[in-house]
Amino acid sequence: MYDVAIIGCGVIGASLAYRLSRCDLRILILERENDVAMGTTKANSAIVHAGYDPEPGTLMAKLNVQGSAMMEQLCADLCVEYKRIGSLVLGFGEEDRKTLSRIYENGLQNGVPGLQMLTGDQARALEPVLSPEVTDALLAPSAAIIDPWGLCIAEAEVAVRNGAELKLRSAVTAITEQDDFCTISAGGQTYQARYVVNCAGVDAESIFRMTAEPQFKTLPSRGAYYLLDKSSGGLVSRVIFQCPSAAGKGVLVAPTVHGNLIVGPNAEEVHGSDDKAVTAAALDVVSAASKKSVPSVDLRQSIRNFAGVRANTTLSDFYISPSSSRVLHAAGIKSPGLSAAPAIAEYAAEQLAAMGLSLSPRAGFDGTRQVNRFRRCTPEQKAALVQENPLYGRVICRCETITEGEIVDAIHSPIPPCSIDGVKRRAGAGMGRCQGGFCGPRVLEILARELNIPQKEILQDQDGTILITGETKTGGAQA
Amino acid sequence: MKYDVIVIGGGPAGLAAAHAAWQDGCKSICIVERDKELGGILNQCIHNGFGLHFFKEELTGPEYAGRFIDMLGETGVSVRTDAMVLEVTPDKQVHVVSTAQGYEILEARSIILAMGCRERTRGAIGIPGSRPAGVFTAGAAQRYLNIEGYMVGKRVVILGSGDIGLIMARRMTLEGAKVLACVEVMPYSGGLTRNIVQCLHDFDIPLYLSHTITDIQGRDRVERVIVAEVGPDRRPITGTEMTFDCDTVLLSVGLIPENELSRAAGLEMDPRTNGPVVYENMETSIPGVFACGNVVHVHDLVDFVTAESQRAGHAAAAYCAGHTPAAAPLLPLKGGNGVGYTVPQHIRMDNAKDGVSLFFRVRAVYRDARIVVRDDSGAQIAAYPREHLAPGEMESIKLPRVLLEKASGALTVQIEEGGDQK
Repeated sequence: MYDVAIIGCGVIGASLAYRLSRCDLRILILERENDVAMGTTKANSAIVHAGYDPEPGTLMAKLNVQGSAMMEQLCADLCVEYKRIGSLVLGFGEEDRKTLSRIYENGLQNGVPGLQMLTGDQARALEPVLSPEVTDALLAPSAAIIDPWGLCIAEAEVAVRNGAELKLRSAVTAITEQDDFCTISAGGQTYQARYVVNCAGVDAESIFRMTAEPQFKTLPSRGAYYLLDKSSGGLVSRVIFQCPSAAGKGVLVAPTVHGNLIVGPNAEEVHGSDDKAVTAAALDVVSAASKKSVPSVDLRQSIRNFAGVRANTTLSDFYISPSSSRVLHAAGIKSPGLSAAPAIAEYAAEQLAAMGLSLSPRAGFDGTRQVNRFRRCTPEQKAALVQENPLYGRVICRCETITEGEIVDAIHSPIPPCSIDGVKRRAGAGMGRCQGGFCGPRVLEILARELNIPQKEILQDQDGTILITGETKTGGAQA
Repeated sequence: MKYDVIVIGGGPAGLAAAHAAWQDGCKSICIVERDKELGGILNQCIHNGFGLHFFKEELTGPEYAGRFIDMLGETGVSVRTDAMVLEVTPDKQVHVVSTAQGYEILEARSIILAMGCRERTRGAIGIPGSRPAGVFTAGAAQRYLNIEGYMVGKRVVILGSGDIGLIMARRMTLEGAKVLACVEVMPYSGGLTRNIVQCLHDFDIPLYLSHTITDIQGRDRVERVIVAEVGPDRRPITGTEMTFDCDTVLLSVGLIPENELSRAAGLEMDPRTNGPVVYENMETSIPGVFACGNVVHVHDLVDFVTAESQRAGHAAAAYCAGHTPAAAPLLPLKGGNGVGYTVPQHIRMDNAKDGVSLFFRVRAVYRDARIVVRDDSGAQIAAYPREHLAPGEMESIKLPRVLLEKASGALTVQIEEGGDQK
């Protein structure tokens, strides 16, 4: 019998698992994919929003501002890349000026620190590449950029290291409620837990439906992005937004913690969480909108396009409430879900406590994590790392300078990746301009060696993404 | 200790440069190679066709590399393999990391950059669609087949008609895969004519010119692609779509010189080649730092890489011996009508005693045209009639000293059609 079963290990499920692993609880995490951070968590703008967008008084407003305030320390504890660089929302004329003063007022009410209204010239003094058409801007110094899947993986790893049990490839198919526990069918197994928390992202509605009738409908919203080469990474030094509209926060141009430039997203309603294709029309929208903010953005420097699906619903707020005495839902966690994640976990934990879960602290809990990042080291630190383990002396990913030592560390982490992209999300190999062209085959070889499985079984990403379809006529080197 | 020459990269460019520097008397030379073996990308190019110009015989890639590795074996050139250069400083320090020697800072009197190039990816060209497994750059697929011994698919569509894609069309076919089509967005092929004939025509693989992939479909592995004709603006034409059921897409959509070290060292770069700006002897904007091979501009034939790299090696040796050419008079070179770039970008007359060879690519296909070199005044310095010019084939011309001496100011290399033929 588990105390809590968490369904879904994106950044919300992982944040909750991390929060609850501080307590003396038996925790089960059920994830349908072969790795954590496989949904919206791995395909979003990678921004910690300051919190001026949400309507004052909403849960979203409260949790966004709280989450944003918690994030810096959390990322430091977990060795997750995070930079508080601030953001600018741009206005183009009279209409936008009204919107900007509305969100400025929102921000004041929501408790967002340091907000400042700027003229177009003041904004251009901060970011010289902004369009001459910019007439006004809202500066929010507390906005930040983050490695979103890195946060999710780190939280899940620490939870697992502190005793939480993660079951991958375990899609939940049924939940039945008894008086004092629930029975959950997932991945062909049956589990019992006293409390269940639905953190299933875009698919939270279908999990909800297993025990109750949801009071909302999911409207999955897809957004496409360009990721630009590091040569463009310094184009702007803050997150550059446009005025929000009903469709969302609009197209942004921002540096990433990895040193690239991210440009996107658009917003289009799609059928489900699987609907992650990038369309030419979406790219055209992103291209035109980004050039409105930053005319000199050079999309020919693109190294990757991707699209993510957001868990928009018919509700304007997050839905974090129980549907019974045993089942809690964290549903409709759309933007700013990532920003709010640590606060959502805190709030969900309070709700569970109110439902009767005891949150007594676990003895010996260690909430921190360390990872070695060769590229971030000084020459002296690099020399010391190679001295300690010669594998840090072999660079596997040339573009990002990721060493074999870091890749092997990732493979032997508490949640071992089984795919090339799993290694990419942990160590960073393949993130760069050649997109794994050089290092892919070598990462595959290292994965097979370290996991002691045939190379043919190594995947690109989720189950089914096979790379090797057979041997050549003279056969594989390690057939 | 201070090396005479450190060569960064042990592919064909680095091998030839190091050998040439040794022949000219440099006694302490070190090649730093990131892979476990010398030879670079030649090691996975197991097809033949290499060496026709340089060795006057037909070799495979590994054989071609092997000749140079053997030649180096008879010299005192030292080699560090499995060692990655992390930084080159303007004062010629080379930061190297390896499992064997840890983190080292090597010093050199002269440096030769020979890091080669990398392939353009799906992201660089923005092919719409989903993101399943089964989309490979042609070179990555080549490595899986030829080095690892694994097949990467059964039904293949190739986007781009670069040479590696063409070679892989034949290679995948010989290994039992069905190559359904080679799709090229331009109205002409990006590869060598001999590869079009030997790799596509000989195996009845259709080449669709002025076509592109407009959609990649499939959740986990590629299931199909949509191919459409493109107009003169290279945008797809609605109504021309064709569907190919395939599990693999190979991309052969261009190569980019790999110059992160050069940029970080502060070398002047040429945005047209994506490589360093070089003088007639392959010297870069930092005296004593030379560059050669695909790191300067993308070549078609390794034989020409070898020749260029030997020039760099000889020049590095001359630099170590204290010969520094006078900076003036200087002839800048630029590409005019129909010429994308030139290498070198500058000629120091002091160092062009025997004239210079110029290398460049044309921007379009030309028949019965002339390569014309003019100076600032518009005066024709030289003209070279050509029956056929194509972007897929690098061009070279030799400018003798006597003609260079006639020029005033910058030289422009351009393509001229019609008019008076010489």
